[in-house]
Amino acid sequence: MTYTVSMSVNGKAVKGEVEGRTLLVQFIRENLRLTGTHVGCDTSQCGACVVHVNGTSVKSCTLLAVQAEGADITTIEGLAKGDELHPMQAAFRENHGLQCGYCTPGMVMSAIDLVKENPNPTEREVREWLEGNLCRCTGYHNIVKSIEAGAKAMRGG
Amino acid sequence: MYDFSYHRAGSVADASSKLKAAEDGKLVAGGMTLIPTLKQRLAQPSDLIDLGGINDLAGIKADGSGVTIGAMTTHGAVATSKDVKSAIPALAHLAGEIGDPQVRHRGTIGGSIANNDPAADYPAACIGLGATIVTSKREIAADEFFKGLFETALADDEIVTAVRFPKPKRAAYMKFPNPASRYALVGVFVAETGNGMRVAVTGAGQNGVFRVKAMEDALGKSFAADAVANISVPDGDLNSDIHASAEYRAHLITVMAKRAVAAAE
Ligand SMILES: Cc1cc2nc3c(=O)[nH]c(=O)nc-3n(C[C@H](O)[C@H](O)[C@H](O)COP(=O)(O)OP(=O)(O)OC[C@H]3O[C@@H](n4cnc5c(N)ncnc54)[C@H](O)[C@@H]3O)c2cc1C
Ligand code: FES
Ligand code: FES
Repeated sequence: MTYTVSMSVNGKAVKGEVEGRTLLVQFIRENLRLTGTHVGCDTSQCGACVVHVNGTSVKSCTLLAVQAEGADITTIEGLAKGDELHPMQAAFRENHGLQCGYCTPGMVMSAIDLVKENPNPTEREVREWLEGNLCRCTGYHNIVKSIEAGAKAMRGG
Repeated sequence: MYDFSYHRAGSVADASSKLKAAEDGKLVAGGMTLIPTLKQRLAQPSDLIDLGGINDLAGIKADGSGVTIGAMTTHGAVATSKDVKSAIPALAHLAGEIGDPQVRHRGTIGGSIANNDPAADYPAACIGLGATIVTSKREIAADEFFKGLFETALADDEIVTAVRFPKPKRAAYMKFPNPASRYALVGVFVAETGNGMRVAVTGAGQNGVFRVKAMEDALGKSFAADAVANISVPDGDLNSDIHASAEYRAHLITVMAKRAVAAAE
């Protein structure tokens, strides 16, 4: 069965034809060609696919596109203002929070949601929040540092 | 994933009739269990009926006697609810330890108990607190609801609408999480309720969640960690898998029960 879905992605109204079984991440990558959102696993565990749906971080590989009908979606492509990176993106660059970069979009989207819930997280709180974001390269230390710095920048200091 | 027809239900009655009309229909709540299952082609429903649009299924109501949590309330909402934290802090703590933040943003209490995974956390709270499961047809005591591995008392077209938890005198939940998935390798919920002591164990039983009568009796005499320290559950009926042997799970039950009694507030 095919369905027409419409939603807002990075502030732009979009529409598309999908099957019932089309995942939101497939719609984002294949229909919209926004390939910053990654797929790292088939088991809902790695968090490479994290996007914001109505302001909250979710795994876009574990949501059907039809379930996101009418929703407000933000992907990694929606963060920068022109050439100016979002403070969390800039913090990852400054603090070497990435190596291969595969996990990074999910890490950044997850981190921004953390700061929304908890503007001044402790190192422990950052590590606990990253339970659903796996990284095969960095060993996490610099990701945690990046998120602490990004949180500080988002607080305006 | 095999394809299916998708329907968004507008009300519980609408969901029931769509479920009845479907050849092999399945409800979808948060999808955190169902969608991974579909991706692995372990199920092939003809129709998916989405409860996500039924606003009155989500929400938490508190009164002096306890809290009632709508079936579509997410784990994240339970974990951060002021009402749950003040009435039953152990329940908020349990919800906050499920999976990871993104799973907690989507996964629901109704989906968790309807699924009755033997390693899920909520079944321990339902049994440990003596909760009542409210459905589209009736009310079911938690003790009668969980029927074994992934089995519940729900009929094919029955929908969980809410779970009512009575406020205990004191309670705590202690889980030894599987380090990869965060599901319970062993989780023990201990409560002193208006109707006596309750000790519920998840993650360990071959048939899912169960109560430990010997521990409940001992706590009735003395509510202290020492009272359960020498009580062990026989390992014959416990799970053994690559994560932990039955013997190790039996050991963890006693350890987690002691910690839960010590932490109960
Ligand atoms: C990475 C990961 C880690 C996890 N870790 C944990 C953990 O540590 N502890 C834990 O307990 N769980 C864990 N889970 C499972 C999670 O809690 C799920 O959210 C939950 O088990 C199912 O809830 P759901 O709302 O997502 O249901 P769905 O996946 O939508 O549905 C599950 C089943 O319940 C049925 N159903 C749903 N709602 C109803 C209803 N109202 N009435 C009747 N039937 C219904 C569906 O038809 C389906 O068969 C984890 C999941 C993932 C992906
Ligand atoms: S791709 Fe979504 S969690 Fe791994
Ligand atoms: S930087 Fe390579 S997976 Fe994280």
